[in-house]
Amino acid sequence: MNTAVRLGVILSALALGAALASAILDLPMPGRELPGAVVANLADSGVAHPVTAVLLNFRGYDTLLEVAVLLLALLGIWAASPGQGGAVASAVYPAGPVLQTLARLAVPLMILTAGYLLWAGAHRPGGAFQAGAVLAAAAVLLHLAGLLPAWASPGFLLRLGLVGGLLAFLAVAAAVLGQGALLRYPADHAGALILLIEAGLTISLGLILAGLFLVLAHRGGRP
Amino acid sequence: MTPGLIYALAGVALFVLGLAGVVVLNQALRRILAFNLMGSGAFLTLVGLAQRDGGVDPVPQAMVLTGIVVAVAATALALALARRLAQGGHGDG
Amino acid sequence: MGMAEAFLDPLPWLIVLPLAWAALAFLGGPGRGGHLAVTGLVVQLALALALAGQVLENGARTHAVGGWGAPLGIDLLADGLAVAMLLLAQVVALPLAVYARAYFSEVAQTAFWPLAGFLIAALNALFLSADLFNLYVTLELLSLAAVGLVALGGKPMQVAAALRYLLVSLTASAAYLMGVALIYGTYGTVSIATLAPLIGADPPLAAWLAAGLMLTGLLAKTALFPFHFWLPPAHGGAAAPVSALLSALVVKASFYLVLRLALDVFPALAAHAAPILGVLGAAAILWGSWQALRTPHIKMLVAWSTVAQLGYLFLVFPLLAPDGLALQAGVMQAIAHGLAKAAMFAAAGVLMLATGRDTLAGLAGVAGRVPVTLFAFGLAGVTLMGLPPSGGFLAKWLLIEAALSHGQWPWVVVVIGGGLLAAAYVFKVLRQAFLLAPEDSHFHPVPRSMEWAAFVLAAASVVLGLRGVELMALLAKGAA
Repeated sequence: MNTAVRLGVILSALALGAALASAILDLPMPGRELPGAVVANLADSGVAHPVTAVLLNFRGYDTLLEVAVLLLALLGIWAASPGQGGAVASAVYPAGPVLQTLARLAVPLMILTAGYLLWAGAHRPGGAFQAGAVLAAAAVLLHLAGLLPAWASPGFLLRLGLVGGLLAFLAVAAAVLGQGALLRYPADHAGALILLIEAGLTISLGLILAGLFLVLAHRGGRP
Repeated sequence: MTPGLIYALAGVALFVLGLAGVVVLNQALRRILAFNLMGSGAFLTLVGLAQRDGGVDPVPQAMVLTGIVVAVAATALALALARRLAQGGHGDG
Repeated sequence: MGMAEAFLDPLPWLIVLPLAWAALAFLGGPGRGGHLAVTGLVVQLALALALAGQVLENGARTHAVGGWGAPLGIDLLADGLAVAMLLLAQVVALPLAVYARAYFSEVAQTAFWPLAGFLIAALNALFLSADLFNLYVTLELLSLAAVGLVALGGKPMQVAAALRYLLVSLTASAAYLMGVALIYGTYGTVSIATLAPLIGADPPLAAWLAAGLMLTGLLAKTALFPFHFWLPPAHGGAAAPVSALLSALVVKASFYLVLRLALDVFPALAAHAAPILGVLGAAAILWGSWQALRTPHIKMLVAWSTVAQLGYLFLVFPLLAPDGLALQAGVMQAIAHGLAKAAMFAAAGVLMLATGRDTLAGLAGVAGRVPVTLFAFGLAGVTLMGLPPSGGFLAKWLLIEAALSHGQWPWVVVVIGGGLLAAAYVFKVLRQAFLLAPEDSHFHPVPRSMEWAAFVLAAASVVLGLRGVELMALLAKGAA
């Protein structure tokens, strides 16, 4: 790509930026319709925090698809790996004793934190995704400390863990169809159902996010 | 100029920066980083613009949470493909 | 709605079912899931037909996910257009699943079935959604599934094509998302039903830019000229069942969204972009056909043909008018091309397995070995050329009628010219196949189910022309 084209692209991007900026500055102040609706329906949603209510009840369908997206990324990584050729040894980092001790101390605390985040999501910022991310971080830390091997081809239990959250979510979504619509939780059980779904999601998301790192670590070897 | 508007404008800046980067840059890793800039810019604008009057709106916040997860998934796949390509020249291992 | 009635409602199951069998296929382990997929797809086809029946009888219907209703919740909309696309997806996917089961018994794979399942789920979710942000999530689901399928096997060329496809796709999605951000900031909602009355004839600059960003992103995903460069390597290099799914269905999904936005959300803005879209479509037809004629590889020929045929879809926009002719033409073209292109890629896969090579030159003598396949290829070609009585003919006929009624006859020249070019590259393949086989040629036997799957798809694209009336009724009755 020669310099003239590069310059053209950059100038067009700047022009677009200027147009967007001026469009944004021209907008009048928003009328607050949707936030009002969220607050009004919060009591029926089963949780006390508005963002969690939107994420897992009002727009729970987005969350369902989003879990599928994560799983799909992991699947894509596996699909793009070459076939069963060659005995690829899993990368083991011989970590120093300081890191190993740190990992051994930190990981139980991280698991505890993940559990707290999961529970706290009902009342304050938190929830399944945050908890799952902390769990995944714990797994990566263990791997970097040489205490957890990278993943080759996943066994049945691991596959169950990866897919379990999505299947549980789907099962609940379908089971409540009798209420008249997809994902329509009965008002008095909404809180319990949401917690159930989030618990399953935490485990699955933790495994999927960890997998995004650990599958690549298996193929890579030392740089 | 409220904080929300500043975030929205910053988001626009990141977005066009990322857009230029994806088109103009050559290496896969840099383009993936540029795409992440675009995504982050869009998220900032979504949240900032909706809250430009200083209030709190949980709907775009939830949307951005979803968007971040989707972006992470996409970035992971892109990085894996880029890595596979880079390795392909050196054989497996 | 009574409990049992709600439980048996086909609409939500069209999304839940493919997600479920995709997840279960993954659970089954590497390479597993074929039986599950075929069973699931049969059920889904029945569900889609049931939904079509409902819409034909009672008009378009909305399903409020979570019971909340837009703009707080997410709405699913089943109108004539959505149901037509749903039918296309299930009708194409089922024979392809049968085909793929046979194909992957010859060629090993590890993750085709879960990826294909998520692809179908993404398509169904996309066609039914009526919420702009939810559409973003379905678009990402679709892209990641498609990219995973292209990269299946891990060969360097496929991985390179997959990465390019992914980067284009992600950039396009990010542009779409920025558009959604602007829309929410301006109007405070992302629900299509709520937005439509709010965006009047004179919207602010932010809405214009949002429309531009969203449409441009979607055009890149539909590989409209000049954003087409990622398609031939991705579709031409992937495994045959994957190429079929991608060319037949995935690119139609983003086209469907362009149509949906232009019709329901930004009609005034789309009218401004229409002439440009028409010109780009014409350029796509000419450039794509030319490249198809030049390439020596079978699958690349079919892939470039996709680039060309997608151009027809965009000729619809300058001709959109109250009489709805152009819209019917566009939908008919999308469906006919979907069926024909799936058949063509399936046939190409058979030809490549039979001859062991992927070049046109290697096709000599294959006609005697796989006559059903060649017949399927020819039938699919009939649709692409636009010969009666195929669905392709009906689509081009409607397009010409719409162009003449608007007095814009240059489009007529383009449509007819495109048909002639398509004839040229289709005959190029057929001529090669009917040559006498050289002495040292060796043909591998190919499973019968593969040939017949290709034939069923090709026959469907031709029969579609005869049943066009039902499709028009669906579009008219189910107008939201």
